[in-house]
Amino acid sequence: MRRLSISFILLMLVIIVGCGQKDEQKTLTIVWAEWDPADYLQELSKDFTTETGIAVDVVQVSWPTFPEKIDNSFVGKSDLYDIVIGDSQWLGTNSVGGHYIDLTDWINENIDVSAIYGPAMTAFAEYPKGSGKYWALPAQVDAAGYVYRKDLFEDPAEIAAFQEKYGYALAPPTTYSQLRDIAEFFNRPDDDLYGIATWYSKEYDGITMGFQQVMWSFGASYGDPETKKVDGYINTEDAVKALDYYKALLQFAPPDAPNYYYNETSSAYNTGKVAMAMNYFAFFPGVVDPETNEISHDKSGFFVAPKGPKGHYISIGGQGMSISSYSKNQDIAKQYLKWFMQKPVQEKWAMLGGFTPMKEVLESDTFKTATPFNETFAASFPYLRDFWAVPEYAQLLNECQTNWSEAITGIKTSKEALDAIAQKHEEIFMEAMKNNSDTE
Amino acid sequence: MQINRFSRGMSDYQIKMAFIMPTMILLILMNIFPLLWSLYLSFHDYKANMPNAPEYIGAKNYIEVLTDPDIWGYFRTTAYFVLLAVTAQFLIGFGLALLLNRNFPAKGVVTTLLLLPMMLSPVVVALFWRFILASDDGGLLNYLLSPLLNLPVINAIFDPPIEWTTDPKIAMLSVVIVDTWMWSPFMMLIALAGLSAIPKYLYEAADVDRASSWFKFRWITLPLVSPLLLIALLFRTMDAFKMFDIVYVLTREGGPGTVTETVSMNLYRLAFRNYDTGKACAMAYILLIIIVALSNIYVKYLNRVKGET
Repeated sequence: MRRLSISFILLMLVIIVGCGQKDEQKTLTIVWAEWDPADYLQELSKDFTTETGIAVDVVQVSWPTFPEKIDNSFVGKSDLYDIVIGDSQWLGTNSVGGHYIDLTDWINENIDVSAIYGPAMTAFAEYPKGSGKYWALPAQVDAAGYVYRKDLFEDPAEIAAFQEKYGYALAPPTTYSQLRDIAEFFNRPDDDLYGIATWYSKEYDGITMGFQQVMWSFGASYGDPETKKVDGYINTEDAVKALDYYKALLQFAPPDAPNYYYNETSSAYNTGKVAMAMNYFAFFPGVVDPETNEISHDKSGFFVAPKGPKGHYISIGGQGMSISSYSKNQDIAKQYLKWFMQKPVQEKWAMLGGFTPMKEVLESDTFKTATPFNETFAASFPYLRDFWAVPEYAQLLNECQTNWSEAITGIKTSKEALDAIAQKHEEIFMEAMKNNSDTE
Repeated sequence: MQINRFSRGMSDYQIKMAFIMPTMILLILMNIFPLLWSLYLSFHDYKANMPNAPEYIGAKNYIEVLTDPDIWGYFRTTAYFVLLAVTAQFLIGFGLALLLNRNFPAKGVVTTLLLLPMMLSPVVVALFWRFILASDDGGLLNYLLSPLLNLPVINAIFDPPIEWTTDPKIAMLSVVIVDTWMWSPFMMLIALAGLSAIPKYLYEAADVDRASSWFKFRWITLPLVSPLLLIALLFRTMDAFKMFDIVYVLTREGGPGTVTETVSMNLYRLAFRNYDTGKACAMAYILLIIIVALSNIYVKYLNRVKGET
């Protein structure tokens, strides 16, 4: 009996030791949203594995649950992810919250910051803005842009009809006024064709990312970044005009447009339902892919988001690479970041379909000709602007999403919605200042 | 011969404890501790995603929640939803149970098919209802209703296509329709169980007395089935008060605006978007108290009905 017991204990020990044995090869885990660029990064990282012997696993999380999944892993201090490729707005929360490691000294010693496109470094890496403190390196720089049906825009009959109706030539719009005219011109519900598909959804940051670039271009802004004063910035006459304009575009959009975000606008365009659609450039590979767009994959053109009466601004997209404070592989993660920012790697990243933040690569002909939309993407760069990237961003975003959704569905007037946002935003900033939060 | 303690076997008390303890430990860890911890946090200023320790602020979170007009708006929205959805589910579920409470060919298959919606995940249900309720040409419901929608009388009320999830006047109705589709079978199931338990001789006696169908329904069926119906109503009310998933998926996080934003949806936003953990805990407790109070009203009424029957 005693011998049997000893044999049993030994057997259990063997099993435990066997199960506990880890693969000798180290693995770096990167988490990103579920989309094409994450596939490109997985492909690119094979070179890193070849060079270093370190395996790289790019974990993809569906977009709607992406912020929560990352937040929850941080709250639980999980070491599940080594590198987080997160939205620019997360910088404030995750740096102040201690979830990202401070990369300032390391970047200054190891990375040639001057080689990276300046606005990208500010948007995706720096917090507080202008402080020179870095928490990330830009991974994928993105922007909102437009795709349009070249076959419709270049049809002689359409060109003539447009000229007759509006008195100028039909071409990709460069101003919001032209965008409206073209959307109206192609809006033919009886033929199941609508003028435009853009973002109006209450999901995550949908309507905010869609509308903010119109608001900025009409002359309004979110507020003073120094004093955090919002009243008199976001609810000006210009802002009201911008919101009225954005709401009016809905009449040239498909019936379900108040629910539209990136998926829905892509789908509306790919099914031939709209003449023009707005989306992040990173979603445009699906537009030129015959498998996902049978109708117009070879008849699509791209244009930079138009300018407004008082400026030209475009919503920034994309994400930065940060190292999780809870990662046990921080040195390997830094090694990966350094490898990623090398010019040859960035060139390959661009060739695979990634939007490089490296100036030289971004401005090269190789990049501009890599896809049909890269040139337009590069041209959008000087106009990029971002939402508040402060620790309170989620609360601020929520107020924008709710009130702008109420404005476009007629629950509130534009003025009421903007006044409500101004009041709520000031309350949020006041509360944050009272709690001695770092809202710089 | 010396016998060790283990070989002597465990006492009855020890065996009892050995069986109970795993469950007790699990309950304490998974239910009691989070409940007490969230109660503790509800009196503190605390953000789970920030490094600062919880700071005691007394009842400030509760006062803020109870004096916030927006939150009262979410409570009103939730109450409106509960009233509409549970009433519709009760009427449809009980009606279906009355229809099924008789013998007909393939009764088992029909009953099983009717029960299918409640077996699906609410997220899946909301996702496919997104397509059914789409207001463009891909929307099945608008397509089926198109002959009706073109009638001048209907046209005067609705401007086709009906924007089921984006029109502020209709969006809540869409949520109610989806929830009713999913949960009427639950009402039906409970009501059917109650109807099957009614002794047949009561109806036979009523037949002998030449009682009318209405009389039999009013004085035999309804009193005997009502305790079970009340239990079903209790479950559905509690569940509907916590409505989250269908609203999250179908109307894109409670849109348009806040028209379908229920308390649970807002609680989620407060807890997992804004990470205002202390305030979210206070709001969760207020919600818990309301649900417990509502349940108590039901239970009291249920006991009264039981006493009468």
